[in-house]
Amino acid sequence: MSQVTEYSEKVMDHFCNPRNVGEIEGASGVGTVGNAKCGDIMRMYLDIDENQIIREAKFKTFGCGAAIATSSMATELVKGKSVREALEITNKAVMEALDGLPPIKVHCSLLAEQAIHAALWDYAEKNNIRIDGLKPPVNDIDETEEFYQTQGE
Amino acid sequence: MSDFIYMDNAATTRIAPEVLDAMLPYLREEYGNPSSAYKFSGRIAEKVAEARNTIGKVIGAKEKEIFFTSGGSESDNWAIKGIADARRDKGNHIITTKIEHHAVLHTCEFLEKRGFEVTYLPVDEKGLVNIDELKAAIRPSTILVSVMFANNEIGTIEPIKEIGRIAHEHGVLFHTDAVQAFGHVPIDVNEMNIDLMSASAHKIHGPKGVGFLYIRSGVRLSNLIHGGAQESGRRAGTTNAAGIIGFAKAAELAARDMEDTISREKTLRDRLMHKVLSEVPYARVNGDLENRLSNNVSFCFRFVEGESLLIMLDNKGICASSGSACTSGSLDPSHVLLAIGLPHEIAHGSLRLTLSAENTEEEIDYVAETIKQVVQRLRMMSPLYEDFVKKNRE
Repeated sequence: MSQVTEYSEKVMDHFCNPRNVGEIEGASGVGTVGNAKCGDIMRMYLDIDENQIIREAKFKTFGCGAAIATSSMATELVKGKSVREALEITNKAVMEALDGLPPIKVHCSLLAEQAIHAALWDYAEKNNIRIDGLKPPVNDIDETEEFYQTQGE
Repeated sequence: MSDFIYMDNAATTRIAPEVLDAMLPYLREEYGNPSSAYKFSGRIAEKVAEARNTIGKVIGAKEKEIFFTSGGSESDNWAIKGIADARRDKGNHIITTKIEHHAVLHTCEFLEKRGFEVTYLPVDEKGLVNIDELKAAIRPSTILVSVMFANNEIGTIEPIKEIGRIAHEHGVLFHTDAVQAFGHVPIDVNEMNIDLMSASAHKIHGPKGVGFLYIRSGVRLSNLIHGGAQESGRRAGTTNAAGIIGFAKAAELAARDMEDTISREKTLRDRLMHKVLSEVPYARVNGDLENRLSNNVSFCFRFVEGESLLIMLDNKGICASSGSACTSGSLDPSHVLLAIGLPHEIAHGSLRLTLSAENTEEEIDYVAETIKQVVQRLRMMSPLYEDFVKKNRE
């Protein structure tokens, strides 16, 4: 299967030149979703001001080209938005902004949506606020450490 | 250096100029059907017979034991389905391994749905089949053992002679998928106790769309492709004369140059493995370092994902492959990497580079340096790497 030919130019652009890669020290909210078993993990950092406006968004992602591109696009989409507006960003919106994804990569856009939600959940928890319609993120199991404990590096 | 660097020779190879030259007359002027009666076709039939003889010699087989097919997948399908059908009254049990090519695995799964029982032998961390487990798996109803000669992902070469010996001791036929091994390592079907063997032309600088199944004299198996009387009535379909003649040329060259090719590839391979392992932390080589195809390099890089790695390498002009889920088209990474005991996350970070004697040291150095940069770049983006670094700092 040829990946490069199946990705839109926008996906390739966001993969090759990802926006907002990195961490935010003392972020208002951090969310990590996905699992290493399936090959995708996304972590989103949000800096949210007292008016509940997202000032800054950064990401780190372990995953395929589409996973990195959707993360990059998701950070672009949430920047400058209110918490309310950010919550309404769907995977479809992320996909459309990237001019579409190959069918087997649609789950990457779902992960991007979940990453936004997970970061917002963390923000809500830290600040003791309730955001209507926001569900707690699901955490996953890591089998890798066990492997290295028995095998060594 | 050319405009790109090709290191995916286990996927396919560039046709050798001599091979193409040998084929062209049979595509242009000598286009007759070798099965026809007139002289125009007769002389092509003679060339096909010559090709059969050439290929037979490479593996110590007789001309009449070589049956041309459309390639490795057809040969695997024919060997396994053909034996299963012909020996059904003797038993319904087949033994294979967890690391076979899908041409074998999916054929076995097809047969399982039709009442056959299949044992998929595990392999050790290097990808080697355990001989004791093979012995223990053989039952009175076992009709076939099928173990690949060399693995396409991790390059491990199986103890074929020993496996064949054990199969024969129990009166069981032995098939080997030698698609990655034929023309790359010395093979003697008699010495190695092989009854059936699949091979393909395009893995040895031959044309695509042609392969063969070696069938030991006296081994009966049902036909897979029904129709005309080609291939002694055992494989129908108009003879692919140009393909077969090209295949024979490729096999002849591979056999002639084998020693030099192996030594050149080993030098390049070891240089690549050494450079990458010494410069990229948290990297490992998969497979057996001793019993290994001379052109196979299989890495896993922690904290990065294979598809991302491939696209970035492609952007730098490097053609390689990976066993990550995204490249396998499913949710799971390569069955081979899982079978050697790698956790999913590590298997997702796999990178396979398969060389040919056409690669240069200059290319190896460029590829090693590029891998280093790309892995570093992806790790800077990886939350797994971030967690790992923080954990180590504590």
